[in-house]
Amino acid sequence: MFDGPEPIYVQIAQMIRSQVLAGDLAEEEQVMSTTQFATTFRINPATAAKAFAGLVDEGVLYKRRGVGMFVAPGARERLVGHHREAYFDDVLAPALDQADLLGIPAEDVAAYVLRRHGAGAPRADRPDALTENQEQS
Amino acid sequence: MTTPAPFGARLDDVVVRFGSQRRATSDGSIVRDESTVALDEVGLTIRPGIITGVLGRNGAGKSTMMALLAAFLRPTAGTVRLGPESTTGGTDAWEDPWENAWVTSNVQLVRESGDLQDDEKLSETLKYYADLRPHWDADLAARLLDLFEVNPRKKPAALSRGKKSAVGATIGLAARAPLTIFDEVYLGMDAPTRYAFYDEILTDYAAHPRTVLLSSHLVEEVERLFEDVIVLDRGRLLLAETAEEMGRRGFSLTGPASAVERLAGERRVLHRQQLGATVQVTLEGAPDDGEAAAARAAGVELGTLPLQDLFVRLTDPAREATS
Repeated sequence: MFDGPEPIYVQIAQMIRSQVLAGDLAEEEQVMSTTQFATTFRINPATAAKAFAGLVDEGVLYKRRGVGMFVAPGARERLVGHHREAYFDDVLAPALDQADLLGIPAEDVAAYVLRRHGAGAPRADRPDALTENQEQS
Repeated sequence: MTTPAPFGARLDDVVVRFGSQRRATSDGSIVRDESTVALDEVGLTIRPGIITGVLGRNGAGKSTMMALLAAFLRPTAGTVRLGPESTTGGTDAWEDPWENAWVTSNVQLVRESGDLQDDEKLSETLKYYADLRPHWDADLAARLLDLFEVNPRKKPAALSRGKKSAVGATIGLAARAPLTIFDEVYLGMDAPTRYAFYDEILTDYAAHPRTVLLSSHLVEEVERLFEDVIVLDRGRLLLAETAEEMGRRGFSLTGPASAVERLAGERRVLHRQQLGATVQVTLEGAPDDGEAAAARAAGVELGTLPLQDLFVRLTDPAREATS
């Protein structure tokens, strides 16, 4: 767990964002405590606390004194908005660069997108579609 | 059960020299043997309530530093002071641990040797520690021995290396000392036992906050436990900082050779690997936001380095010549 190239607290924050986006963590739902995080993933509790502090600043989590951390109301919507903004630059641009490299004409790409869309494939406003895209980025 | 305030510690200009002695040679003259300097002008602070990793190659001075804190040793020069932080964050109440019962009863050093009464039942050793440590938790000791599958009716002499280490881990945790020091306590433990030990440290640390010092050569296994890191090298302090700060001492770039070279710029290259057209360089320092954005734009992956890698590079004997 958390074997990526980024610092662990960044990866923890990313994991929680993904869970909120996917709906695995509902708004107003309590997230694991720093202690549970520490013992579950064998990390220093301060590392988990740092990830949580960042998510509080982003408005994804909020703290109930003496109780713990909860998913903020509107957190998912905020994350969807943020990821939508980043989608074209972070996800689509590299994919289109790859298409250029392979000599796939833009019309073919466009046709594929429209066909997929028409076939009722995952749409961008569905949570599972978003997490997939995000993992690719 | 109340949890006592965690202890902090501070070393100032500490020198520890071993083995300086005069001896008579065959012709009757007196010579002075070269002494070994185990610690050389070491100054550092150990933050209370934090898990600090103590890293260093063999003979770096880790055990000497830890023995000073537990008053098993006295410095040749310099001062050692420890105690709980006052409510205002002051260190006025800190004292020299040497021959100081108040300090030493609050410090539990577990050495690799174990410090067990070999020829008596293990339960006798545990009774001894229970008497010495005001915050001893007998239930926790019993539970941990059970977890590590150690029979307290056995004599320590009959235990394997790994089981002796498990007893050391048990004593260190059950003592609930405001300063708890594990000096290579993992030796001989198999991997599942080591992981159980790490889990128990984290669980008990969360429930009973205290200051923990942990030295280990298995850096990869334990680096995530640390909030602070001390690196000693040949008796000198190489660094004492947060694990996060240490993590910013180096980073890697992986991608097409030309882009990687351009992004590396003037930074010092610590390591370089090439696989076909893909290059990975390890660079000194941390990337700023501009560099990170430039890397992303160029399709170059930016990576952090495990403390293990940084430790190896920082203590590389060849490093001194080039830096």
